[in-house]
Amino acid sequence: MIKHRIALAALTATLAAPLAQAHETWLVPSSTVLSSNGYVTVDAAVSNQVFHFNYRPLSVGQSLSILAADGSAVQAENLVQGQLRSVFDVKLDAPGTYRIAVANAAVMASWKENGQPKRMRGTQAEIAEKVPAGATDLVLRENATRIETFVTVGSPTELKPVGEGLEMVPVTHPNDLYAGEEVSFAFHANGQVAGQLKVAIVEGGTRYRDQLDKVELLPDEQGRIRHTFARPGLYYLNAVMTGKSPSNPDMERRMAYTATLEVLPQ
Amino acid sequence: MHKTVLLALGLLVAAPALSAGIEVDIELPRIDVADYRRPYVAVWLERPDNSVAANLAVWYDVKMRNGEGTKWLKDIRQWWRRAGRDMQVPVDGVTSATRHPGAHRLAFTAGDAPLGELAAGSYRLVVEASREHGGREVLTLPFDWPPREAVVREARGERELGKVAVHLKP
Repeated sequence: MIKHRIALAALTATLAAPLAQAHETWLVPSSTVLSSNGYVTVDAAVSNQVFHFNYRPLSVGQSLSILAADGSAVQAENLVQGQLRSVFDVKLDAPGTYRIAVANAAVMASWKENGQPKRMRGTQAEIAEKVPAGATDLVLRENATRIETFVTVGSPTELKPVGEGLEMVPVTHPNDLYAGEEVSFAFHANGQVAGQLKVAIVEGGTRYRDQLDKVELLPDEQGRIRHTFARPGLYYLNAVMTGKSPSNPDMERRMAYTATLEVLPQ
Repeated sequence: MHKTVLLALGLLVAAPALSAGIEVDIELPRIDVADYRRPYVAVWLERPDNSVAANLAVWYDVKMRNGEGTKWLKDIRQWWRRAGRDMQVPVDGVTSATRHPGAHRLAFTAGDAPLGELAAGSYRLVVEASREHGGREVLTLPFDWPPREAVVREARGERELGKVAVHLKP
């Protein structure tokens, strides 16, 4: 019984984690622009303040993907999960833009079986298999998150859309951002233009100022936002889209996207 | 005294009817810090739309092993964006070693690399210096090409660059 309780508690924790809105999740690369091949190191954390390691490491294991400009996968090196952050190195040995991403997608189900509450997390197929026919009070929630950053050796190269989950499709290249110049990004949900979403941009270093100075933007019909970064620096961009799942009208869907962007001085 | 000599030299060079071209004077100030490193410097010509008309010179640490000196080329920030990131270094007649503090003169002949033939129009000569453990400075000298007569344009940097001059020869 105790074991069961612990298991349930742990399960509840895993269920709750992706739903928690209070925390920022991010990847911060040591450099975003390189003039020759080499390494960058990346910090990955869940925090209460943008780019400040003060809460939990971001669990990156299986969900980390690093793609080189030619689409080939790059293996992270020296991955360490500390108490407050995860760290890994990325070897960049070809020119072009690398996409570093941590993406997760799952469905959470809760229901009652003979009066007992049950929960599980998995793919839609897994859940369809496990939830018995006699289940009552079934609640399904789909959750997809993508956390990204970009690093370029030499000239920026085109970033092909992933086509899954909520993603930023660059109009302005994310490694070609300069203070005082208008930039534009589009958002896609599962490969389609995403209209109904909110985008927030926060400049790093919030702990050295009194106000969050969050900029909130709504995309146009093409799913595009426009913005001019006033100052150079590291920025946190977050987009959230909620609604019914198109695959199942009884399922709530929440998709979130986060990018760390470096804006360079002119 | 030193300046007078330089000026006189300049007149001597400019006086004979040589082929059209551009000369650039770049003064690197002596900076009194313990960890002084010679700056990376880029000199280029750009058009009013920021496109690059000619890459004239890039001074960087060419001698480091395994091309390690290229690692900091991106710190010549504006040049990196405008031209550097699309170039393969080294480039003959353009890239060379970093230089000591003092006055340096570069001469470029119209029709010859790296200046080449410049179409008539407005240009900016841009000189950017970036120093390890130090700062960065960009100076921009606008001019029209071709010049009707010998013209000198000057600017003075505040920290990383001293006097920069461009001599236009018709």
